[in-house]
Amino acid sequence: MELIYILLVSISAAVLSLIPLGRRFAPGVTILGNLAIFLLSLRTALATAGGGEVIAVRDYLSCDSFSGLILLLVAFVGLAAAFFSCGYIATTVGATDDRKIRRYYSRFNLFLLSMLAVPIFSQLALVWIAVELTTLLSVFLVGFESTPQALEAAWKYAVLTCMGASLALIGILLLCWGLSATPQAPFTWAGLLSASPRMSPALLYTAFLFILIGFGTKAGLVPMHTWLPDAHSQAPSPICAILSGIETTAVLYCIIRLLPLFPGGAASEAGKWFVIFGLISAGVAAFLLIQTKDYKRLFAFSTVEHMGIILVAAGLGGFAAHLGAMMQIVSHTVTKSLCFFAAGTTLMATGTRSIGAIRGLIRISPVAAIFLLVGGLSIAGAPPSAVFLSEFSILKAGIINGQYLVIGLLAFFIGVAFFGIMQQINRMVFGSADIILMDNRTQLFGRAILSQRNTPPLTCILALVITLIPAILFGIYLPEPFYQLLHQAAALLGGSK
Amino acid sequence: MSPDLLVSFLTKLNALTGGVFLLCAFGLVGIRQMLTCLRIYVCQSLLLAISAVILGYYHASIHLFVVAALTIVTKVFIIPWVLRQAVGYESYAKREISQAINIPTSLLIAVVIAIFSYYIASPLLTAGAGVLEKVNLPIGMASLLIGAYTVTVRGEAVPQLLGILAMENGAFFAGISIAPNLPLIAELAAAFYVLITVLVIGLLAMRIHKMIAKTAVGELMALREE
Repeated sequence: MELIYILLVSISAAVLSLIPLGRRFAPGVTILGNLAIFLLSLRTALATAGGGEVIAVRDYLSCDSFSGLILLLVAFVGLAAAFFSCGYIATTVGATDDRKIRRYYSRFNLFLLSMLAVPIFSQLALVWIAVELTTLLSVFLVGFESTPQALEAAWKYAVLTCMGASLALIGILLLCWGLSATPQAPFTWAGLLSASPRMSPALLYTAFLFILIGFGTKAGLVPMHTWLPDAHSQAPSPICAILSGIETTAVLYCIIRLLPLFPGGAASEAGKWFVIFGLISAGVAAFLLIQTKDYKRLFAFSTVEHMGIILVAAGLGGFAAHLGAMMQIVSHTVTKSLCFFAAGTTLMATGTRSIGAIRGLIRISPVAAIFLLVGGLSIAGAPPSAVFLSEFSILKAGIINGQYLVIGLLAFFIGVAFFGIMQQINRMVFGSADIILMDNRTQLFGRAILSQRNTPPLTCILALVITLIPAILFGIYLPEPFYQLLHQAAALLGGSK
Repeated sequence: MSPDLLVSFLTKLNALTGGVFLLCAFGLVGIRQMLTCLRIYVCQSLLLAISAVILGYYHASIHLFVVAALTIVTKVFIIPWVLRQAVGYESYAKREISQAINIPTSLLIAVVIAIFSYYIASPLLTAGAGVLEKVNLPIGMASLLIGAYTVTVRGEAVPQLLGILAMENGAFFAGISIAPNLPLIAELAAAFYVLITVLVIGLLAMRIHKMIAKTAVGELMALREE
């Protein structure tokens, strides 16, 4: 029943946000709704940690350990982003424009609803629709600031991901065709798994490639990533955190779920494609990181890199690598949200997205600077962060498997990305604060001294703290039920223990 | 009419529908007049509905009749109406002059794409596949991939959106033959989804039109890597 409540709470929060009851009503409803969703998701995820399944409507709404994990992450990022939105939107939207604020929160809740539906639905055709609704319901959030750049980003986002949607659709329909060889099999993840031995290999393989390319467009795999840095940098920061932190991962979840359908799992063709796409994404993104001039784009490219790492881990095969992939999914989600919240705080303090314009952030806004530095270090994979632990376990698993070439390349790309991220962030955080770039577009220098120190709103700090805790804590200590959940989710990918 | 004769007639009718359907996909690549592009899309959707009716009769499946009805309501009536409302009439009267690749070359590339889709569909059409699948699957894939090509070469908002919708039509054209027993809720949700796509992208095009006074989205190049 929790699953139905989650969807109901989400949809009622979206409707209630539209009621004009003062400036604080919509954010309040959103935060309360997302708190309830988070608690319900936590309950669901813990119930699946033992390896069981939570079923609300058989063959339509159900959660196993892997989808429970994704559900929990969506709810967590949603809650943190709701807190962050509260301060961010109140600061950036004009004091008189209450309607814009209500529309923002309503769309925010609808966007989260579609994202929660991705792991909750188990019927594949509905999963496809949920994935595509995440695009359509977030297009106007990406274009929220209504600048020409934001609208351009929204256009690219909508057009490219809808193209991907149609490609994935034919893949899903092919899978449904393959299912007709097995009478009475439901068109769900579990039904597919039981029917896959009877499908023709050519059909399974073609369907897989269509879905990999189609959903890969939305997950930001190179070379279909071109929309991602635009959309993930132009959207308001709390939306960036959701887009980058969890939307990409939730789509990748749909791709990774196809892996056990192949006989031999990761050792089959599917695993090879994962490794190839993963290495290309990680490599290209690592080198593009170095040349970015916009710190939100920097984090967006880092997302492409992390998607690559997760795919490589899933494609390496073996239980240890799959467990690494699950840990990477968790650590990327929490850490990337932290990074975008820190970037949003920086944007509020300085008013520019340009890396070259910001020097000595630590003197302008110490809170933003500290979180940006810690977030940058964590996402780059410095110990003792959660990303360090997950990347380390992936590399270790690969070495034990004997895949030295793949691991060598992956380690090299991670190193390049570390250098790229830290070089840019160091330049922003430290140095003298009295020169800032005045105009983002014309790149003209002007001298300005920010007189007073800038403190971000309290709810923004709260969002930063609640994402910072797991981003560091999970590098040192994983709570036992949570470890069980990761364990069961990794076991679902079909690696032997 | 004897049953055999009827089946053979339906098969031929379906093949004819498929052929014209593919021709419509080519039309979207090659035709510059935006209003004509929209009419071609409506025509293609109508052919999708006809094919669904033929297949529905053949499989005796009520689902496919529902699909046909939904297709006609949404794609023949509502979508063209929404698109005309969203983007001003002057945009439709215009001809799109600048394309990334000129039209004869584009059409040649589209032919290559069509051959390629027959190539990828052939290993799937093993002995078990029916005669209707053999028509619908490769033509659906061809329309899908040609639609993707249309989106990449056209620089105006409306033809790009029509390219996406043609991709969707292609996927459904293949889908009605290979997955006729998809649950009804999925069919309903898919029709709803197509409508939202048009609404969202149409509204976005309208806002871009307000902002830069034209809908040449291909000229939006502010965001890119230096």
